[in-house]
Amino acid sequence: MENNSRRGFMGKAFGAVAAVGAIGSLVAMKKTWDPLPSVKAAGFTTLDMGIYEENVMVTEKWRGKPIFVLKKSADTMAKEKGNAAAEARNIKVGDANFMVAIGLCTHLGCIPAFKSEEEGFLCACHGGQFDASGLVTKVPPPRGFDIPPFKIDGNKLVLGEVGPEYQAMKDNGVTL
Amino acid sequence: MAHFTKATSVKDWLNQRLAVEKVEKVMASEYWIPKNINFLWAMGMVLVITFALLLVSGIFLLMYYVPTTEEAFYSVNYTIMREVDFGWLWRHVHGVAASVVFLIIYIHMFTGIYYGSYKKGREMIWISGMLLFIAFSTEAFSGYMLPWGQMSYWAGMVITNLFAGGSLHADFLVEWIRGDYVPAQAFLGRFFMLHVLLVPIAILGLIGLHFAALRIPHVNNQDGEEIDFDAESKKYLDGDKAGSKVMRFANDFMSKDMMVVGVYLIFFFYLVFYNYGFAMDPVNFDPADGLKTPAHIYPEWYFLWSYEILRPFNIDLGLALFGFAQVIFVFLPFLDRSPNTVPANRRGKAFAIWFWLMLVNMIVLTAMGKLPPEDPYSQVGLVAAIVFIAQWIALPIITSMEKKV
Repeated sequence: MENNSRRGFMGKAFGAVAAVGAIGSLVAMKKTWDPLPSVKAAGFTTLDMGIYEENVMVTEKWRGKPIFVLKKSADTMAKEKGNAAAEARNIKVGDANFMVAIGLCTHLGCIPAFKSEEEGFLCACHGGQFDASGLVTKVPPPRGFDIPPFKIDGNKLVLGEVGPEYQAMKDNGVTL
Repeated sequence: MAHFTKATSVKDWLNQRLAVEKVEKVMASEYWIPKNINFLWAMGMVLVITFALLLVSGIFLLMYYVPTTEEAFYSVNYTIMREVDFGWLWRHVHGVAASVVFLIIYIHMFTGIYYGSYKKGREMIWISGMLLFIAFSTEAFSGYMLPWGQMSYWAGMVITNLFAGGSLHADFLVEWIRGDYVPAQAFLGRFFMLHVLLVPIAILGLIGLHFAALRIPHVNNQDGEEIDFDAESKKYLDGDKAGSKVMRFANDFMSKDMMVVGVYLIFFFYLVFYNYGFAMDPVNFDPADGLKTPAHIYPEWYFLWSYEILRPFNIDLGLALFGFAQVIFVFLPFLDRSPNTVPANRRGKAFAIWFWLMLVNMIVLTAMGKLPPEDPYSQVGLVAAIVFIAQWIALPIITSMEKKV
């Protein structure tokens, strides 16, 4: 009896030690798989918005993903006028208007191609289409291009940092 | 300490210390196999041999493969393929075996379903087998990442994206799995580890469990007959070998097994030497490029049926049904409510139709998964996916109505 209760105590004591150890090692294992500080530090891209030409789609890179940058012409802006969804996605840097978006189809992540004559994007994988503001014009994509976190800094755009304009877009459900 | 005597032979010396004779009897010469079987019963040994081929070729590949995003592609396509003498052999054996092993697994699975080898006491054989299927799938996927070609990269992108859970947008989970915002060094490093260490250890453990699960219920036979293995093995050992319904695992059963293995190996090495192309996607001979998607992303043939269940639906429903398809086979012993352990064709019309329809439908799903998602393939794929789900929902109903035979 005495032995049994002693064994019982030893068992529980070991259980307690093992539980602390198990929780500790799980935390360590989880953290080991987290993105490294160097990976996170490299997660910012600064774009000089002065170098883009109207209606020329340029693909930049941010966090390994393609970023579509399209400087909209006055013509395009006129077309967009009245389309609230398109206007809400417009990014104004100085006097120029831009579409800046993550260039991955929101369906399954393929990279759509820009068709300058149609002023829109076509995804070769499953036939999804987007207009010049990044909105879906033909399914299957469930939503327009996602917009990366950005902060307007004079004539520069810092991708990866959350500025008030981006926060507003996120709050209003313009992007995810 | 036990009492040891001076050994009369090397065998006796080992017997005293390791009981080698007893082990040999338990594992081989007195492990009993029914006589009423056919060549489909050799698929287990074919799988063991294929796994051995994967292991040996993998060991040689591992000596030259470099798991960095900078060098992985060239270490495979230049160092191993061009510089290392016979490097091509190990790579082609590894690639072909990785593909063929799934063909044999599917044959092995459908043999089990047809003969009812998951029923009444054999549930753990089935469940451990399905766990092996999951482990092999993980092994295949992680291995596919390693050459770091375009298909490696984009398959890694698409499959890890699934963990965002559709509308749940659990991007933090995806980034945690990748260790980066996109598949990169951290991703390659951890999938390399999974492929060469953790998953193979799990596979070895599961193979042990799968074999252990066979010992008490024993191997099934062509009629699902319940054999009294004690009585039949006694008959065999008493000299009535012809009258006994069982035979020794070694050398009786093994000799036939290895005959099938021999035929299989001729087929296998024919593929390795003359027809390895089917296991080597041409797209994967372009180095990984995160800024360029291949026009058409599809998995290897053995994942196509479940991919086709994902594809025709919107993202959330597709994911839910894909998850369903991935795990549902594990529960087969419990969804089949019938007491009959006999071949599918003798269990009455309903189950016979269920079995053959399931087999044909999975081939249809596989074919549609490979074709581009256009009319009429996407409609056929949609119907096939619905039929697949409906069959599993119907299974408990049709089997509980089944008459006892």
